[in-house]
Amino acid sequence: MSDHEYNPKSKFGKWFNDRLPLLTLANHLTDYPTPKNLNYWWTFGGILTFCLITQIVTGLVLAMHYIAHADMAFDSVEHIMRDVNYGWLIRYIHANGASMFFLAVYIHIFRSLFYGSYKAPREIIWIIGIIIYLLMMAAAFMGYVLPWGQMSFWGATVITNLFSAIPLVGEGIVTWLWGGYSVDNPTLTRFFTLHYLIPFLILGLVVLHIWALHVPGNNNPVGIDIKKPSKDTVPFHPYIVIKDGFALLMFMIVFAFFVFYTPNILGHADNYIEADPLVTPAHIVPEWYLLPFYAILRSVPDKLLGVIAMLSAIFILAALPWLDTSKIRSAVFRPLYRQFYWILVADVLILGYVGAMPAEGLYLLIARVATAYYFLHFLVILPVLGFKEKTLPLPISITEPVLGGSPNLAAAKNREGLKE
Amino acid sequence: MKKFSRIIFLIILITCFQYNSNAAEKVEYLKTDWSFKGLFGKFDRASLQRGYQVYTEVCSSCHSMKYLSYRNLTEKGGPEFTEAEAKAIAASFEVKDGPNSDGDMFTRPGKLSDKFVMPYDNVKAAQSANGGAYPPDMSVLVKARGGGVDYIYSLLQGYEDPPIGITLDDGVYYNKFMYGNKIKMANQLSDGLVEYSDGTNATVEQMSKDVTTFLMWAAEPHLEARHKMGFKAIVYLIILTTLVYFSMKRIWSRVKTEV
Repeated sequence: MSDHEYNPKSKFGKWFNDRLPLLTLANHLTDYPTPKNLNYWWTFGGILTFCLITQIVTGLVLAMHYIAHADMAFDSVEHIMRDVNYGWLIRYIHANGASMFFLAVYIHIFRSLFYGSYKAPREIIWIIGIIIYLLMMAAAFMGYVLPWGQMSFWGATVITNLFSAIPLVGEGIVTWLWGGYSVDNPTLTRFFTLHYLIPFLILGLVVLHIWALHVPGNNNPVGIDIKKPSKDTVPFHPYIVIKDGFALLMFMIVFAFFVFYTPNILGHADNYIEADPLVTPAHIVPEWYLLPFYAILRSVPDKLLGVIAMLSAIFILAALPWLDTSKIRSAVFRPLYRQFYWILVADVLILGYVGAMPAEGLYLLIARVATAYYFLHFLVILPVLGFKEKTLPLPISITEPVLGGSPNLAAAKNREGLKE
Repeated sequence: MKKFSRIIFLIILITCFQYNSNAAEKVEYLKTDWSFKGLFGKFDRASLQRGYQVYTEVCSSCHSMKYLSYRNLTEKGGPEFTEAEAKAIAASFEVKDGPNSDGDMFTRPGKLSDKFVMPYDNVKAAQSANGGAYPPDMSVLVKARGGGVDYIYSLLQGYEDPPIGITLDDGVYYNKFMYGNKIKMANQLSDGLVEYSDGTNATVEQMSKDVTTFLMWAAEPHLEARHKMGFKAIVYLIILTTLVYFSMKRIWSRVKTEV
């Protein structure tokens, strides 16, 4: 952060900045040298910040009208939808905002996977990111419980019951989580409390995530280290600000379409039925963004091993900087990795699909193969690939091709262009 | 801009996945033109008023609508009864109120601020009157069923004699659109069952359409406002995005790279 000294011009500015260097921080953020070849996949960081703020602001307003009580939660949500001024708008933004948040975070994560952004020296950014992702899942799951519909209740029952798989203390832990002997009012109130808390934890981690990013600086599509500041970089403001803003607006159009025209398509119809502990829905399915992990959970016949497989699927990501042994970051210069990357994308989409289907017959078989492949990718393919793969030569700098240089990059770019 | 086609493609893909997962057990529902679908969809006012009539005269003897008040009937984007009409409607119901200053409960004619009067005192009473089945509250019913309006519309017209080999218990009826085909609600609609004041021919199809429209409004009373605002918001965003796009091009023209 101490690339260069900043001296405020005004006397007051200097006085203030000596005591609290906010102006230095602001100056750092505006001047922050950013690689100029970042593509639109890099705009999702800004989009995610927008998503988080949107969720917090709409969530605050909802919390003013919502009642966290098993007998009143469902009614209070309908009260928001009907009688609170623009309550329907706030709630639909919040509900669809969760889906948009996950859509953006998946793109963000898969961008990182493609361009090797998790590799040295950015491991800490990556690990903080995984923790944020975990917290997001926890927040989303608990948020889905709050309307106290049928899917809320039964989703909460299924997920909290997973803890009973822990040997010896499992049952005790589940009772402790529930605050009773079934999902009931105590469960709802604590979920509400945690759902309110977690976004602020995420906000704190986002600050760390960005801080950790600003130490080595951004990775870039070419994946080589660049000098900062140099011909290869542009100041964050106005170049990246306007580009992120443009991408954010495009994203908001999609977001608005969901909110205004198909606000319920991403939810489950059963959640408009008030929770009834005596009636189990025909199929209990989580929200779409949790489906791949749900598929992994169900593909293992043993409950405890299933839970372990599901958690490993997430935690394995944290070990990724060390599982991927290749020194080359960007998949642009890794012809084999690029193919395995797209297979992994397809694999995760398939897992998501079978996660929504009943766990039987062909679906179960597909889920098992896809689960096995998921772990194979991280535990075998990636480590081996680093040693075996013949990578393409890297350009010396990212300006080089712009100024008419490297045939390698031109060739690589060409290949990328063909795919589009 | 090619990059965006990829992003949009991804979004469409995910939506399709979701759509498929919701449509796991799809039956071909009966189709009709809903005036409230689409970017500019609005409710058919007359249909809403007729639908309310079907609800009160037919459905409301068993199905409650606990989230609606009589005042909602006058609100914009709804059936838009005049205030006098809605007051008359409300007054035609007996509402239990109290306790009064003597500590006694009493009944009085309904007011605009009252919730729709419930047909039964509690769930148990509703169940015992209906052979153990609870007639679901209709306030958000269309949102609580996978097929939405098409499902409700079809269900009302889906009664037929059971196929050979299927025997039904007492008080259970065969409906080709019901999940599992067995339903505890008897066929309620028959041609000419209600007499529409606007002279519309009360066929089963017409009544099904009207009451389903009414239920859609009941579940989404702000649908019209949502569509209107959505159109404005998206047009605004598209204009702003275009402006920002050109500003971006201009700013980035100082740098030798593509954006």
